[in-house]
Amino acid sequence: MDQPGFDVHIDIPGTTIFDGKQAMKGYALNKMCYEFNKAENREAFKADPEAWMEKYGLNEQQKQAIRDSDILAMIEAGGNIYYLAKLAGIFKLSVQDVGGMQTGRTTEEFKKFLKSQA
Amino acid sequence: MAKILGGITTSHIPAVGNAIQNELYDDPYWKPFFDGYPKVHAWIAEHKPDYCINIYNDHGLGFFLDQMPTFAIGAAHEYRNEDEGWGLPSLDPFPGAPELSWHIIESMVADEFDITSCQELAVDHGFVVPMQLFWPGAPHHPDMPRTVPISANTVQHPIPTLKRALAFGRALRKALLSFPEDAKIVVLGTGGLSHQLDGQRAGFINKEFDQYCLDNIVHNPDELTKISRLELVEKAGAQGTEFLMWMMMRGALGDDVTEITRNYHIPISNTAAGTLLLECAA
Repeated sequence: MDQPGFDVHIDIPGTTIFDGKQAMKGYALNKMCYEFNKAENREAFKADPEAWMEKYGLNEQQKQAIRDSDILAMIEAGGNIYYLAKLAGIFKLSVQDVGGMQTGRTTEEFKKFLKSQA
Repeated sequence: MAKILGGITTSHIPAVGNAIQNELYDDPYWKPFFDGYPKVHAWIAEHKPDYCINIYNDHGLGFFLDQMPTFAIGAAHEYRNEDEGWGLPSLDPFPGAPELSWHIIESMVADEFDITSCQELAVDHGFVVPMQLFWPGAPHHPDMPRTVPISANTVQHPIPTLKRALAFGRALRKALLSFPEDAKIVVLGTGGLSHQLDGQRAGFINKEFDQYCLDNIVHNPDELTKISRLELVEKAGAQGTEFLMWMMMRGALGDDVTEITRNYHIPISNTAAGTLLLECAA
């Protein structure tokens, strides 16, 4: 989908702008994650992840990203970090864990990196 | 007529709720952050606002992508805090002020701001954490003001411009000052400062840019409207766009403000945490 006149994107390395294009791509994935706000949905996912992903109509790319716990691949598949954070919660991952997973650092290394910017 | 006492900004990191619950005020990691609030507490105790306008951004509790308002104003009798997916205990509901909400909605729409009114709205950490920081024990603090939540979209681009955020605040000021009640109002702007949760650039923090924003928002907020939205993402990080809430708050305070206190600390969780209290001229 091209949007001439509205394509204001500048390249910000390591950053995906969550815009209409990403929102369309990721709707099913984000909807599933949004509904993890409810404990019963988190339990249902844990009991049978494949069936739960199928129920929300995730595509193969999205399913594989979740099977691999690959956050960058989830973003690539249209995931929005605010909703993905709810999925991360199911696995008891902190935002530093998630930061480390995306930047090739251990959680401790990621925390040190944060502190180094003080 | 109502009076605007001032504005208070703070970061609204979810981990803060947990730190409050565990009373980690003197913990070496948390102390530099919590040290930013005693002056805010003293100011609130002295002025005792009747109402609080809480300008925050929802993070996927009150709104989903099915219907995403750019600016939403709560008009409920109370606001429920609910599970955001992490199973943390929810706080008791916060008392609303629907008569003030509808006054604001009428005034803003007459002023040509197209807003979404919400007679039900679940509020997340973006709303709740600042309340806990400013009114310890919230919502059961004895001086707890009634509240009107205002949420701006920073989840999905296109997000509002900084110029629009400041103009929104100025229109909000007009609405508040015309509220026909001798009431004292405080305006909160929550979120920021620089941080990024997603992508290979996760963990990005920009002290220099934050300081620039902190310095200019006090007496020169119009200067900040020159920053484009994508520049804001580039310089403040993908979630640093929450600085829009600070701009909305600032617009509501008028030109003549006095800085009472500020605090800035890196890092709290993945974020450069900032707090600022501005008092309006009497």
